[in-house]
Amino acid sequence: MAVATAGRRTAFRSRLGRKIQDNLMAYAFMAGGIACFALFSWYPLVRGVILSFQQINFVTDPYWVGAENFTAIFDDPLFFTAWKNTLVFTGLALIFGFFVPLALSILINEMRHLKGFFRVAVYLPVMLPPIVGVLLFRYFYDPGFGLFNTILRGVGLPESQWTQSSSTAMISLVLVSTWANLGGATLMYLAALQSIPGDLYEAAELDGASAWRRLRHVTLPQLRFIMLVLLLLQIIATMQVFIEPYQLTGTSNPDTVTVMVLIYRYAFTVNQDFGMAAAMSVLLFVVLAIFSAIYLRVTRDRD
Amino acid sequence: MTITAPIRPLPATPPAAAPPRKRRASSGGVTRTLFSETEISRGKGRVLYWVVLTLVFVLFLAVFIFPLYWMFSSAVKTPEEYAQPDPTLFPHSFEPETYRLAWDRMRIAKFFGNTALYAFGGWLIQLVFQVGVAYALSKLRPMFGKVVLGGMLASLMLPATALLIPAYLTVTDVPIFGWNLLNSPWALWLPAVANAFNIYVLKRFFDQIPNDLLDSAALDGAGRFRVLWSIVLPLSRPVLGVVSIFSIVAIWKDFIWPLLVLQDPETQTLSVALSRLASTSQVPPTQLMAGLAIASVPMIVVFLIFQRSIIGGLAAGSMKG
Repeated sequence: MAVATAGRRTAFRSRLGRKIQDNLMAYAFMAGGIACFALFSWYPLVRGVILSFQQINFVTDPYWVGAENFTAIFDDPLFFTAWKNTLVFTGLALIFGFFVPLALSILINEMRHLKGFFRVAVYLPVMLPPIVGVLLFRYFYDPGFGLFNTILRGVGLPESQWTQSSSTAMISLVLVSTWANLGGATLMYLAALQSIPGDLYEAAELDGASAWRRLRHVTLPQLRFIMLVLLLLQIIATMQVFIEPYQLTGTSNPDTVTVMVLIYRYAFTVNQDFGMAAAMSVLLFVVLAIFSAIYLRVTRDRD
Repeated sequence: MTITAPIRPLPATPPAAAPPRKRRASSGGVTRTLFSETEISRGKGRVLYWVVLTLVFVLFLAVFIFPLYWMFSSAVKTPEEYAQPDPTLFPHSFEPETYRLAWDRMRIAKFFGNTALYAFGGWLIQLVFQVGVAYALSKLRPMFGKVVLGGMLASLMLPATALLIPAYLTVTDVPIFGWNLLNSPWALWLPAVANAFNIYVLKRFFDQIPNDLLDSAALDGAGRFRVLWSIVLPLSRPVLGVVSIFSIVAIWKDFIWPLLVLQDPETQTLSVALSRLASTSQVPPTQLMAGLAIASVPMIVVFLIFQRSIIGGLAAGSMKG
């Protein structure tokens, strides 16, 4: 009897021992990954919120300043300019970046030839480092010897100052951004188009539906989900616009200063004020989190 | 900055693991689209189709291919020809040495080397750590594994830019370790590991490897590491390929993070160095063009070689259910 209990106890202990050992083993495999997430994703999130209520000077410890960072950014006249510009950029980028990829993908999908070429060509700009597209367009936009004004002159249209005039600066930034990024959305639409069952078109055709009606009543309804998803992703991405204004119009140009540019300015150029930059980041985060939550909701309902 | 797919992609089925039912094309004939074959191949429809095809082809050539041609060709012009008010479509002058000058005198070579080091080092360290996490979560199933996975996936919802400032401060003084990683490759490598999308894709793939296979190897006396190395990894080549391409491309293209953490010009990436050189007036514009062309070549080559995986991964990312 005593032997049996002891045997059971050792069996239990060894099972427990193996379980602990297995867990230790598993966490050893994950240690590097978890450490990187903890240091560069989870901790910065908390630190960012704390920092927005603190001031740091890299000499003494950070100290609490209450809501001063927030009142400081609200007092900055560039604050509202930056949000307005960001919304204008996002809005203009939607007008181009939302409908153009849709139209292009429908066109490509109807083509019986050169499909591979179209797919590669439209995605090529997405592969390039963003700085390449931006600097390339800087030359195209040059009011003196740039290609765009040459073309405008050639077809008899008035020339434009492009990035150097406050009325066209923003639209110029949107053009580069759209050129560089529309390939991704186009290919995603294309994949969605290819998964529309052909029977639907055939049935519509038998009912005597014209091509236009087939587009409106078969194609577009079938794309509703992917259109909504890409719309949200695009809003989230374009609200974080940085490289185009940073490189083409500079960080101190009120015509094109965006939220991200202002965060960069606060922290690294004019103010050297990480508290203000963190406060601005928290605001941007809250706005983007709203769109992220909608996105999460939409994609989860689909499952 | 419209849709940057691999940065914040949709929760995806890994392309290699996509169920075969998607391959409808093999079931005979062409997939039916908006217009039927008869509409396109007869009479007026046929003419219209060829007109539209030509127009679309010319449009794509002009909008997407021409700027690249412009970049490669205007680098070989003389500075005088380059700056004349009416740009020439075909270079009248031919100075291929501009590329060599950019490579040597603008020190593109140095920045190219830096970027290659960051991309390959980042790729290696990401693969090691991310495979470790995915393997443990998928096959070893430790306690609180779900919590760990949830915490990682939650980071997908954080826009990277919102973390920029606190992440920068973290890199200047890493908690617990007290390292200052500014101007060091680790400032790019370690944060790159915190990419939940890669871990998710890897885990989803590992989940589909039958456990019996691993158990029988374990019975033969193979340890956890041995099972990973000799069974799981060889079976996972396709997904490892996709993850590798995406992580290398992401580091090569990244701009704002290296701009912040690599301020010493000696350590800069090609993108950041080109941005800095473009803002000074000392650099001849033709050499800058050559620099842009050199920065683009690796990405163009990667794309042309792996376009199936890249486009496939993107398409799989957008398709759910």
